[in-house]
Amino acid sequence: MAEPVGRNHMPREWFAAVLVWSAAALVTVTFCWLLGDILWHGLSQISWTFLTAPPRNAGREGGIGPIIVSTALILGVCLGVSLPIGVGTAVLLAEFTTDDSLFGRLTRRSLDMLSGVPSIVFGLFGNAFFCKTLGLGFSILSGGLTLACMVLPILIRSTEEGFRAVPADYRLSAAALGLSRTTTLVHLLLPAAVPGLLVGLMLGVGRAIAETAALIFTSGYVDRMPESLLDSGRALSIHIFDLSMNVPGGDANAYASALVLVALLLAINGTASWLAEHWLHRRIVTI
Amino acid sequence: MKSSVPTPGTRPWFPLEKRPACCEPTPIIEVEQLSLHYGQKPAFHDVTLSINKGCITALVGPSGCGKTSFLTSLNRLTDLIPGCRLSGRIRLDGLDVLAPHTDVIRLRRRVGMIFQKPNPFPLSIKKNLEFPLREHGIKDREQIGTCIETVLRDVGLWEEVKDRLNSPALALSGGQQQRLCMARALVLSPDVLLMDEPCSALDPLSSGIVEDLLVGLRNRYTVLIVTHNLAQARRIADYAALLWIQNGAGQLIEAGTAKQIFEEPRESLTAAYVSGMRG
Repeated sequence: MAEPVGRNHMPREWFAAVLVWSAAALVTVTFCWLLGDILWHGLSQISWTFLTAPPRNAGREGGIGPIIVSTALILGVCLGVSLPIGVGTAVLLAEFTTDDSLFGRLTRRSLDMLSGVPSIVFGLFGNAFFCKTLGLGFSILSGGLTLACMVLPILIRSTEEGFRAVPADYRLSAAALGLSRTTTLVHLLLPAAVPGLLVGLMLGVGRAIAETAALIFTSGYVDRMPESLLDSGRALSIHIFDLSMNVPGGDANAYASALVLVALLLAINGTASWLAEHWLHRRIVTI
Repeated sequence: MKSSVPTPGTRPWFPLEKRPACCEPTPIIEVEQLSLHYGQKPAFHDVTLSINKGCITALVGPSGCGKTSFLTSLNRLTDLIPGCRLSGRIRLDGLDVLAPHTDVIRLRRRVGMIFQKPNPFPLSIKKNLEFPLREHGIKDREQIGTCIETVLRDVGLWEEVKDRLNSPALALSGGQQQRLCMARALVLSPDVLLMDEPCSALDPLSSGIVEDLLVGLRNRYTVLIVTHNLAQARRIADYAALLWIQNGAGQLIEAGTAKQIFEEPRESLTAAYVSGMRG
């Protein structure tokens, strides 16, 4: 009488299941712990005054109003520059070069290497190029441009993947209907590539908004309200770093600032997803 | 019905049933010594064939003998494939198709194509038809509406979708999607329709509907259809051509009227193929 097939596999199956589940649990627990810790220590400090008032006593008291404004401006400059350049390059790579062309290979290889470069190197480059060579000094503009350089590789590669994920059928049937490449690109491929673009954008924004090293050398850490893009401005991440490392007694406000940073990141992600979904549904109708 | 609707371009446009009947042995496409290579690999070699106006010509042969490649060279979709080289001559009503200065956008407006797998755009049913019209210069809403209704009636889809023109085309069934793709090709009022096994991805019922439609196109459009289904070719085609792989490349074995190819083939290979002994 034969044993039921697969009986010997049971312990192995069970072991694999435990392994997979515990890995997932570990990740989730870490995230929850981190979020819980920040919420626990930070939530009590959050108030309208904290969000709008300028910091006092090196940040131990007062709020983070100017810092939020600086962060937003730096991010704005970064996205304003990196989005058009990023999408443009991704279109070139995905639609106008073949996989094995020398130009395409070189560009892709350089981008992959750039995305692995540590942020402090970008900071030093930004300091040397934007602050000194171009004479922009320690400013929000220098910081934003440096972040744009940092975000571009991620944004381009991810958007390119987005374009490559669009079924080749669309291109063929569009061409067979005598639609020009531009029309095909704008009306079919771009909307269909939005999910890829969105992933790149999320990763990019996540990296940019959390960036500290690159910004210390470029946008500086002046905590006044910035008056123009050429003013120095302190980003949230630098504020948190400064409060927790250099300012004794700054921990409470550091926690609160971290909470604001996380909330900001979630809000940006949510808005971008919603916008894309909304826009996508207007342009492209999937089932 | 609305036979006076002006259309893309300047040529008069007719709803299907009012297009002039003209299945006559006048060639509209003349292919001379056409060869195609993908890189170093030949797909087909030295094909010389005339496609007659207003008739259905079936291109048959085993898989990999270059039927689809032949089809896509007629509207120069081969331009999209890197490393693809065409040599020889194709004339469409006197137009030198392969000349470098030929406007491929206008060429593809005259030579429509239906693919094996239904491939509507991920847009609404209406936008699928409106999009090519707008691209080719028809902006008037009323005119677009009329064109859309006419072609949807031509492919027998109007009654099924008239109440949900704004719903996604991808939500239609496979057969309906293929008919929408036919409507999308017809909306530009092409002279020639290339069809790459349009029924092979469909269930028998949908396949039957599409086949009936094809028969309805006879005399009004020049249709060149690639098919694996010999019974179908026999049922619908006026002319037939057999391609076969010889010396590593597709070659034209025999071409003639469907009756002659299927009933009195001259070549032994053709005889073996149509009788089901080979291929």
